[in-house]
Amino acid sequence: MKRLKRIIEKLIEGILTVSGAVTTIVILLIVVFLFREGAGLFRSPAVEKGYVLCVDAGNTVTHLGPKQIKEIFDWEIENWKDVGGRDQQIVVFRFEEIFSRYSDEELGADYELLPEKLGEVISSTPGIIAFIPKQYMPENVPGIKVLRSDDITLSDFLGGREWIPTATPAPQFGVLPLIMGTLWVSLFAIIIALPLGLGVAIYLSELAGERMRKILKPTIELLAGIPSVVYGFFGLVVLVPLIQKVFGLPVGETALAGSVILAIMALPTIITVAEDAMRNTPRAMREASLALGASNWQTIYKVIVPYAASGISAAVVLGIGRAIGETMAVLMVTGNAAVMPHSLFEPVRTIPATIAAELGEAPAGGAHYQALFLLGCILFVITMIISVTAEAISKRQPNRGL
Amino acid sequence: MIETKNIDFYYGDFHALKNISMKMEANTVTALIGPSGCGKSTFLRLFNRMNDLIPGAKLTGECLIDGQDIYGKSVQVDELRKKVGMVFQKPNPFPKSIFENVAYGLRVNGVKDRNFIKQRVEESLVGAALWDEVKDKLKKSAFELSGGQQQRLCIARALAISPSVLLMDEPASALDPISTSKVEELIHELKRDYTIVIVTHNMQQAARISDKTGFFMLGELVEYSDTKKMFLNPEKQQTQNYITGRFG
Amino acid sequence: MGKKTNQSIAFWTFRILGLLVVAILFWILGFIVWHGVGVISWDFLTTAPTDGMTGGGIFPAIVGTFCLIIGSMVIAFPVGVMSAIYTTEYAGNGKIVRFIRVMTNNMSSIPSIIFGLFGMSLFVNTLGFGDSIIAGSFTLGLLVLPLVIRTTEEALKAVPDSYRTGSLALGATKLQTITRVVLPTAFPNITTGLILSIGRVSGETAPILFTVAAYFLPKLPASIYDQVMALPYHLYVIATSGTDLEATRPIAYGTALVLIAIVLVMNLLASMMRRYFGGKNKVN
Repeated sequence: MKRLKRIIEKLIEGILTVSGAVTTIVILLIVVFLFREGAGLFRSPAVEKGYVLCVDAGNTVTHLGPKQIKEIFDWEIENWKDVGGRDQQIVVFRFEEIFSRYSDEELGADYELLPEKLGEVISSTPGIIAFIPKQYMPENVPGIKVLRSDDITLSDFLGGREWIPTATPAPQFGVLPLIMGTLWVSLFAIIIALPLGLGVAIYLSELAGERMRKILKPTIELLAGIPSVVYGFFGLVVLVPLIQKVFGLPVGETALAGSVILAIMALPTIITVAEDAMRNTPRAMREASLALGASNWQTIYKVIVPYAASGISAAVVLGIGRAIGETMAVLMVTGNAAVMPHSLFEPVRTIPATIAAELGEAPAGGAHYQALFLLGCILFVITMIISVTAEAISKRQPNRGL
Repeated sequence: MIETKNIDFYYGDFHALKNISMKMEANTVTALIGPSGCGKSTFLRLFNRMNDLIPGAKLTGECLIDGQDIYGKSVQVDELRKKVGMVFQKPNPFPKSIFENVAYGLRVNGVKDRNFIKQRVEESLVGAALWDEVKDKLKKSAFELSGGQQQRLCIARALAISPSVLLMDEPASALDPISTSKVEELIHELKRDYTIVIVTHNMQQAARISDKTGFFMLGELVEYSDTKKMFLNPEKQQTQNYITGRFG
Repeated sequence: MGKKTNQSIAFWTFRILGLLVVAILFWILGFIVWHGVGVISWDFLTTAPTDGMTGGGIFPAIVGTFCLIIGSMVIAFPVGVMSAIYTTEYAGNGKIVRFIRVMTNNMSSIPSIIFGLFGMSLFVNTLGFGDSIIAGSFTLGLLVLPLVIRTTEEALKAVPDSYRTGSLALGATKLQTITRVVLPTAFPNITTGLILSIGRVSGETAPILFTVAAYFLPKLPASIYDQVMALPYHLYVIATSGTDLEATRPIAYGTALVLIAIVLVMNLLASMMRRYFGGKNKVN
């Protein structure tokens, strides 16, 4: 009986030990699943799944990258010599065009003659590039060459300046505009929130009376508790029209709207962490400064703020972290144009907003889906760096333990 | 009967107890005195292995209770602690009713018989001289008692599991003089049934209640003898200095 | 006197900033209450949306949110409490515990959309739950896990050590000490953490977008493998992509008000409990 009791006790202790590691396990799982799904993108060909690019056999070009393909089909590249071939005009041929060249009878009832006709067109047009479904690809027709399309590379992804996941024939997964959008919105949010938050933190820790603290503290907690979708809604119906009117813009959904909403959302984090840091300033330091004839205000900005500097920096970093990862509010107010941001008064799109807006429409396992998971990886890495940085900064604070 | 043989005890690098050999007879009260940090509380806590909870603690030597080495491999700590009750410096009742506080030790040791528990609770409260004061409010929270009553409740709680040894770590230091004298009277009563080891700062208290006294300094047992002899005619100069208050 | 003027300018600036923060909160709350309160009615709370979501109520979304609250707590609460018990009661203060703390901290800083991605990949696709209450509950449960762990740890640390030593000295085992003394004493504070977590879960949108939330689903769920509507997602949908934005605005205000009310009531409850139990269980 006693023995059984001890065995059970040991068992429960084992279970407790395992559950102690649960957060570590979850983080590991997140890493594994995010990167496993995301890494697939680099094994996807640049051309949309189920399609191939064909050229006439005389063409010397053997393979193309996603950006080249896109520019050819956008008529931005018009000569084969620009992609490493001979000096020859490019003739773009989309699959649909076959139906304007041949009647349904010529293609056969079940389109069984379609591959043959495609073959004729391709082999007889020098300089052609044809985008056709794999199932209709002409087999064993001389004078046709299938272009090898490169896999999407890391530099296509990280360095690409265009995010057009639904473009044909080659979707563009360049995250630069999204990263820039995220940074713009977050940084401006912090620029707005920092003076405000710091001021409130100083007020709370140094000036406010007991009664004011009793009002402000719960207020800040409530601000932190309001769901982000409510912030987004408020931004959408109040802030967006306001910004549109005040600045006379064509649309109010801008980076600025996102920054303002994010600033409000980051305030509680900044205030709480900065206030804690300032309250930790040893009494003796404060009194020493006052005893030397410094005014309260001089004591604050010459003694307390410098002393709490690392805590305040941690507050800033955590605030940025909160802003970078925020999804719903930003999604609702920034207009979501995936272009490189040029001004605060234009729509931008952030990484989290992109994931939220597009994942629902991206078929699981496809290149788009994988690209969105890669965005998740980038976001994950950024927030981990921020979290570790904040931790390191706040550890540097002098006499934390005293 | 308690016996220690060549006990050395370390907290990490700190040598807290140095080569201590001591014998305490059954049904006596032994007082451990000495300046703060001398190791007397550490020594007391060896007997119910409370020091096990401290990380980095290391023990050499032997510690026997009724002839059994309590640090032996076959000893279960919780079984040992059932035999060796302890009362702490500050009263530490649980946030439960008076009844449940006393019944706690029985319940965790698997006693289910409600009549037996009821009987033991009453016996223990009587034994701790608290029964008359609380018999009408057993269901009330233990926190409603005064400090002195709480300490006697903790004694009752320790008695409920029928230990043979009772360890007391400055049991009266947090109490007012009236409560203190009640606890001292109680210790005198309890001597009949238990072997008592008590750590105290208060030399008059040691003189009043103990049969034998051990004087500790800097982790060493300086002198150990009958209380009367110790206080009237100590052998060592250090003891003399401490008792007469001339000590640093 | 330059010194004095500087000081009073600075202090007034800070005072105004403090008031500004209060003003922002009341602006947001006031705005939503002002527009939303007229929409709230018994019918609004108990009927399903009608007419392409331009009419009717939000009953299925309320039910869905409650399902998700219960589901996520069933997952996060036991695991979080056990994890906190391990770190505070068993693990001591060594490297392992410090590592676990850092990990818990890191996990709480992971953006909620990442949990959405992860939940979709693991629960919806890999484990094959599909878009369902169970997938959403797991995702939300993981999201609040750090919060549950942290609040429980604080609750356990607030239990005086003398209770533990007292119990051990009476021959109780460590586990008995935890289950019979430590947990009952910490219970009110642990519950406070639970309530805070509920507040957090009920407002989250990003994690449920791809794991459970339904755009429009007027019937109630029959099993944990069903999709549900949820208040925050419903607000997002009718605020941004309804068929007739003007007509749905009042419904959006009403939904926002209900959502805020749930979250605020939970926060209020938690802080009241904290105040009420804060003074208790203290020895001398």
